[in-house]
Amino acid sequence: MVRDALGVGVAVGLSGFAFGVTSAGSGLSLAQTCVLSLFVFTGASQFALVGTLGAGGNPAAAVAGALFLGVRNAFYGLRLSHLLRLPGPVRPLAAHWIIDETSAVAMAQPDRASARLGFTVTGVTLYALWNLTTLLGALGAEALGDPSAWGLDAAGPAVFLALLGSMLKGRQETLVAVLAVVLALACLPLLPAGVPVLVAALAAPIVLTVARREEARP
Amino acid sequence: MTVWIAVAVTALGCYAIKLLGLSVPAGLLERPLVRRLAALVPVAMLAALTAIQTFGSGRELVVDARAAGLAAAAVALLLRAPFLVVVGAAIVVTAAVRALTG
Repeated sequence: MVRDALGVGVAVGLSGFAFGVTSAGSGLSLAQTCVLSLFVFTGASQFALVGTLGAGGNPAAAVAGALFLGVRNAFYGLRLSHLLRLPGPVRPLAAHWIIDETSAVAMAQPDRASARLGFTVTGVTLYALWNLTTLLGALGAEALGDPSAWGLDAAGPAVFLALLGSMLKGRQETLVAVLAVVLALACLPLLPAGVPVLVAALAAPIVLTVARREEARP
Repeated sequence: MTVWIAVAVTALGCYAIKLLGLSVPAGLLERPLVRRLAALVPVAMLAALTAIQTFGSGRELVVDARAAGLAAAAVALLLRAPFLVVVGAAIVVTAAVRALTG
């Protein structure tokens, strides 16, 4: 488990590189880029914010998109508060580390003790590496040129896919994932950045509602 | 200046969202429907993020080198490769396809 947690931390930490390069390329200063990784610390929201700002988007819309993307962390927190049962004083600290990767590692553990360990190891590794590589990426942006030439733009979706893979445990999960992909891709050309992901989240209640109706049928 | 404001509001907002989820009373979670929903919403969002970041380019859908990279990652996942190998496969294949197709 520790090896898995370290693996997740290292892999995602490396994608901080991609963020540093992208953020600097979007016109954000070194300080702004590093503050984002230190205090926002949720990759998808950070990418969304600098992407929209870099494309000349309205700052309010950029912030809204980033916050929308961050909403899923509240759902992770909902699950983790039950799973980890953290004592009160630790909670405000732990909250900052509630992201896709730490949640996925914690949820994949068989009991509370290893869930806590997984959450902590992933959180610490990821926070240190994400911030270090953000700094290096922003500093090295000019030398590196276009991040997509290095395939770094595939790091984000590959991380999401790997996390998703560990969650697809049954038929209902698979149905939700398929419906979410269809909804997201259908909405992408129609709605502002960040909103299609929220629409796709509706796949969960939709599948649950349909499943309940089928159960209720005589 | 406006960029700094955007950075600050995003940081505060994202933290508040995280803390909110963690602070919701435990009683709410004892309901099976809420628990099931909380388990399935991340599945939906991760699937959507994967699709959008693979096929999205601004507000257009495209199939480019990233699709090949993600296919490689999917194969690695099916072969039960470690996390680092899955992400590495996506990066290497994406870069290679891009280099080959110019």
